[in-house]
Amino acid sequence: MIRIAKRSEVSKNRNVLTRIAAIIMALMLSALFIVFLGHDPLKVYLSMIEGSFGSVYRFKETIISTIPLTITSLGILLAFKMKFWNIGAEGQMIMGAFLASYFALNYPDMNRLVLLTLMLVAGAVGGGIWGLIPAYFKSKYGTNEVLFTLMMNYIALKWITYLQYGPWKDKNALGFPKIPNFTSNAVLPKLFGIHVGWLIAIILTALVYVFIHYTKKGYEINVIGESESTGAYAGMNVRKIILQAMFLGGALAGISGMIQASAVSGTLSVEVTGGVGYTAIIVTWLSGLSAPLIVIVSFLFAILIQGGSYIQTAFQIPQSAAQILQGMILLFVLGSEFFVKYQIIYKNIKLKKKEGK
Amino acid sequence: MAIIVFLNAAVQAGTPLLFATLGEIMTEKVGNLNLGVEGLMLMGAVAGFEIGLVTSNAYMALLGAAIAGAFGGLIFAFLTVSLKANQVVTGLSLTILGTGLSGFAGKSLMGKVVPENVGHFFKAFEIPLLKDIPILGQILFNQNIFIYFGYFMAVVLGIYMYKTRWGLNMRMVGENPSAADASGININIYKYVHILAGGALCGLGGAYLSLVYVPAWQENVTAGRGWIAVALVIFSTWNPNKAVLGAYFFGGLDIIGFRLQKFDISISQYIVDMFPYLATIIVLIMISMRKSRENMPPEGLGNPYFREER
Repeated sequence: MIRIAKRSEVSKNRNVLTRIAAIIMALMLSALFIVFLGHDPLKVYLSMIEGSFGSVYRFKETIISTIPLTITSLGILLAFKMKFWNIGAEGQMIMGAFLASYFALNYPDMNRLVLLTLMLVAGAVGGGIWGLIPAYFKSKYGTNEVLFTLMMNYIALKWITYLQYGPWKDKNALGFPKIPNFTSNAVLPKLFGIHVGWLIAIILTALVYVFIHYTKKGYEINVIGESESTGAYAGMNVRKIILQAMFLGGALAGISGMIQASAVSGTLSVEVTGGVGYTAIIVTWLSGLSAPLIVIVSFLFAILIQGGSYIQTAFQIPQSAAQILQGMILLFVLGSEFFVKYQIIYKNIKLKKKEGK
Repeated sequence: MAIIVFLNAAVQAGTPLLFATLGEIMTEKVGNLNLGVEGLMLMGAVAGFEIGLVTSNAYMALLGAAIAGAFGGLIFAFLTVSLKANQVVTGLSLTILGTGLSGFAGKSLMGKVVPENVGHFFKAFEIPLLKDIPILGQILFNQNIFIYFGYFMAVVLGIYMYKTRWGLNMRMVGENPSAADASGININIYKYVHILAGGALCGLGGAYLSLVYVPAWQENVTAGRGWIAVALVIFSTWNPNKAVLGAYFFGGLDIIGFRLQKFDISISQYIVDMFPYLATIIVLIMISMRKSRENMPPEGLGNPYFREER
């Protein structure tokens, strides 16, 4: 007779070891797949590392992919801490990028510092409002937030598509559907060769960490995540806290969207997020809802993404193979969490039979 | 008549949505929210197409698509039911995996078209008598076999869910797993069976796109329809019969923008594209405001069931 029981306490060591074991297993299974394709898996893996660290340029690219993942995941973290399952970071990013772009496109000649600050605030407000809407209905009527935030992503995406193909289309692009490029005033400056987003990411990580662990609001968010009724019984205004935290979370995603539009694509487009809003959900979850770990997991993901596109050119392995690898690692790590939280107890079968089972 | 032609086309555009929606209803009704529908559809689309191409046999193609979808469902079920993993994150990962698998397997299929006899199998034909029903006859009963199969599945699923013992048990598993467990229902079997069957239906929805709707291989053939299906499940309040209407309605919205241009009515297709999601949100808010029991999401949706934790 096999029985499953919850572990009374989760040891940190077991947690880390299990995850590493899961990643190794996923890599081994993927290795079989690579052999099947007729390549040497070790070579492919090594060149993935090379693709993300091999040169100064590639390393920079890896950092640039880490930035939006980190900031967006921080936003999702605030929601997940309350057990508010925000799947809408993608839409929050898009709306942040949209509102920031509004200022970039309409006030192109404004003083650079003023314009960039304005865009940053606009990004935060755009994302924040997009996060606030589902939070309002969740806290008032209990509307399912997973489905609500998911739908909001698509509305945001269609809205940008409409702008790109319609009112905001660049008239000088010879009919090509794109939004005009920002002027250099609206592009974030570089610091040590990488756009300043990395500094913003580090600062925001520190702020979120302090917010969660050392402020009253952060404590309240934690309590509500454990049990809403406990929070209400302790005299917290649960509704207000949910709204505030979701605004902040959406604002973080919005800032990330603004950074992508300003520093990476130099304009607003339907591809401005590159799916980061969804990947960030996975990053947040795998980091175990810890702000510092988010940075590390984001970096690992960036390696997967950069390395994946490198092996495409190096081995003619299609990009989709990297997606398969990514999916495989994710599913293995998700599965492995079971062995962290639960234990399997084998009972003596004979004994059980005596009891009549 | 233009309107009949349009509605006929709306049914065609809605059919992949219908299959995926029915599949997701089965999955959600046992309490599991699978956001991997898009991935499952893509897996079904590529498997169905590949097998159709190799065997030139429509039945084999459909079977292959269903198996591919069910295989995706199996991964999801194993992780979320047996290993109690987070459903949202698992579903999203499954979409990544499914997109990768279909992109990878489809690399060599690019630009290939469906073999002639498979295409012939999916030709529209009129159903005697029923085709003579005014208006509806030409909209609903001058279609291909895949679409008729869609009607059939919706009706069967409706009867199964609301008129049979198994259906009752299945809904109980999704609403209140502890109570279901206490009354002797094997939770895990119910979850596995329905998630796998749901996955198979999603796979078929994908295969409809690659085998019938397009009908050639193109990368990312689903183009976000999997997410519309997730929306449709809510829009139809987890009811297979309403899902039929919803799917054809959303199918119509999918194609209306470009058709209206012909009549010089200029409403951007991109604005029209927003509508399904907007409508879904409105339905979602309304059901949560009214709190009528039968229209609510399954009570246990999203939570893993662990017997010792009540």
